[in-house]
Amino acid sequence: MATDSEVMRPPITSLGVIGWLRQNLFSSWYNTLLTFFSAWLLYVILTNFLHWALTVARWDVVTANLRLFMVGQYPPDQVWRVQLLVTLIALLFGLSWGTWKGIIRSISISLATGFGLLGLLPFSLGVRLWLFASLAAVFIGFILGHVLSTRGDLLRRRMARGLLAVWFLLFPLTIVLLRGFQGTPWLPPIGTNLWGGLLLTFLLAVVGILASFPLGVLLALGRRSEMIVIRTFSILFIELVRGVPLVTILFMAQIMLPLFLPPGLRIDRVIRAMVGITLFSAAYMAENVRGGLQSVPEGQVEAARALGLSGPLILLFIVLPQALRAVIPAIVGQFISLFKDTTLVAIIGLMDLLNVGRAVLANPQFLGLHREVYLFIAVIFFIFSYAMSYSSYRLEEALGVGER
Amino acid sequence: MAQQARFHHQPVPFWRDVRVLAIFTQILFLLVVILVAGLLYANMTHALAQRGLSLGFGFLKLEAGFEIGEGIRYSPSDTYGRAFLVGVVNTLLVSGLGILFATILGVIVGVARLSNNWLLTRIVGAYIELIRNTPLLVQLVFWYFAVILQLPPVRQSLELPGNIYIHQRGVTMPWLIPSPTFKLWLLTLAAGIILGILAWRVLIQYQLRTGRTTYPITVGLIVFIVLPILGWYLPGETPVSWEMPVLQRFNFTGGRTLTPEFTALLVGLVVYTGAFIAEIVRAGIQAVPRGQLEAARALGLSNAQMLRLVIFPQALRIIIPPLTSQYLNLAKNSSLAIAVGYPDLFAVGGTIANQTGQPVPVIIMIMSSYLSISLLTALFMNWYNRRVQFVVR
Repeated sequence: MATDSEVMRPPITSLGVIGWLRQNLFSSWYNTLLTFFSAWLLYVILTNFLHWALTVARWDVVTANLRLFMVGQYPPDQVWRVQLLVTLIALLFGLSWGTWKGIIRSISISLATGFGLLGLLPFSLGVRLWLFASLAAVFIGFILGHVLSTRGDLLRRRMARGLLAVWFLLFPLTIVLLRGFQGTPWLPPIGTNLWGGLLLTFLLAVVGILASFPLGVLLALGRRSEMIVIRTFSILFIELVRGVPLVTILFMAQIMLPLFLPPGLRIDRVIRAMVGITLFSAAYMAENVRGGLQSVPEGQVEAARALGLSGPLILLFIVLPQALRAVIPAIVGQFISLFKDTTLVAIIGLMDLLNVGRAVLANPQFLGLHREVYLFIAVIFFIFSYAMSYSSYRLEEALGVGER
Repeated sequence: MAQQARFHHQPVPFWRDVRVLAIFTQILFLLVVILVAGLLYANMTHALAQRGLSLGFGFLKLEAGFEIGEGIRYSPSDTYGRAFLVGVVNTLLVSGLGILFATILGVIVGVARLSNNWLLTRIVGAYIELIRNTPLLVQLVFWYFAVILQLPPVRQSLELPGNIYIHQRGVTMPWLIPSPTFKLWLLTLAAGIILGILAWRVLIQYQLRTGRTTYPITVGLIVFIVLPILGWYLPGETPVSWEMPVLQRFNFTGGRTLTPEFTALLVGLVVYTGAFIAEIVRAGIQAVPRGQLEAARALGLSNAQMLRLVIFPQALRIIIPPLTSQYLNLAKNSSLAIAVGYPDLFAVGGTIANQTGQPVPVIIMIMSSYLSISLLTALFMNWYNRRVQFVVR
């Protein structure tokens, strides 16, 4: 056997920095050529972009209209409701992090980092105070959740159950808080036509996913049903919706929905768009859920039947939990694409993030600043989509999808 | 004993019989659907009658009276039906070209993503992540308003090699003009294709039967190339000639100019879908088992042969189904043309609906057009998919 001193060390050129460079950048003549070409391309793009972004671009169009981008026409003196909501969500994330640990940790930390970074920017004092309060809310929530959940198993379980309930209640609470009541001095009603910007974009995506979920599950079950009428109906609906673009469905919801309703009943444009998005999303949700249903082994159903469970019980306690667990990543993926697709409501005239951008560009003061505005919008979408797809990837790992 | 027999023959009461229950549920469901549909229909006819609208398609024969920016021959004095057709053709054009270029871009980027060059994979990865995580609509308006409309005016066009000019009003490029001998050349081209394939098949059969190397691909390609070349030069006059764009006082004459709307839409769709196709291609190639590669190398295949004969056919099987859905997405996404003002089927349909005040029939027409496009694409791709799938013998 060779001792350590007899084994020759690899030549210096295949070790360390030089070795890495040789292996990854200059392994052959065309690889070297490719490296130089890529480096040149990167240099040209980066220098041009940085030159433009730092000297030519007028970023005041973004800073001056930041409130419009975030909440649209929402009354400025009522924006505290949105801020309260954000802080509440931050607190909830902190609590969940403290209670469950795991994947929520990275989401909460990036959320807190986001608040901290934004708080360093030169906003007004009130906004910065709110941002730092939200940052604090994440950590207060974490400490609270951590302390309470380590006090004992029973308390931890109660904590978890309570938190889940609050998460489910969050959506109705959001609507109530944003909408307000008739006749209350401190929570005056604000019509949905005033909701806009990033707020509207988020609301449309969340409503779309939440409302389409039960519908999608029903359609998926219908598509696998043995009853021919129900199956035909489900297949027709799913394939019809998946065969046409979202924008035609939104268009239809804007124009046909008022015609379908009995005279006298009016629903506003935002709700119409939500109906369109929900119907569209339900068809895709159905296909995702169907994938999950198909992944549940037949033996599970047979075993449940052997145990004497009835059809609905088998579905509820055996099939659906396994099926839905398998499709959580797919649903997150669908949420991300729905989040991006909500920009299409700009075509039917809703004041979402993109349309706020168009309205700002129509202001003579900011004429011709398309690059700044659209880049800003793109960056916002990128940050949220990328964060979500990253957490979905982590979630997939945590759930062990495809491993068990 | 007797009791047991009676127990066995006791019929299930009909209200607990699954078959009866199933039929009952379906009838109930059907009734509810019909009832709801009827209610909606009644509401709709009532609402339409109130607004003095009808449901017919008669308006299609009326004069449209509005301009359409581009497309097949059309004038405002043509009918609404013709206008709609222009929109359909425009959608097909941009979708077809989009699918072609997106596939090319996607394959190149997908292969580049797997390159062993660190810098290249990083750049390509950044492109894919950036594009996939921002909405297509934002990208489209960015291309149109922030890139193409901000290009230099016509007189200061950016010039690319090959007499291609890029400017505010789009892209001007040389275009082919057919001469009288063009039809003759097309015949030789067709003959080249047919004879080339024929030669290739015959030689392959011969090679399989006798075991002698006959170079079927090389011979086939030579036949395919030589015949059209003969057809090109023998008649004296070349079948097509390039028409070069010439800068006049205000604009280009000659050549072909793509409108900024079309360019923005096409570039946006290609760049967006290309990123998705790249990921599909990458995943498809990565899914080919390593053993296949090693076996191919052990057989002494060259790198090119390995790629062409072993990796690509297997990757293709995995790639085709998700690729199909990307093609369908691209065709459906072309409806965002309205945001940049390209007169596609949805944009023209919207104008018709506004002008005639007949939204319902127009929506039906728009939706059935998209459905047909989706259906035809899916049918073709499924047929192709069956062809490339592994046949278990």
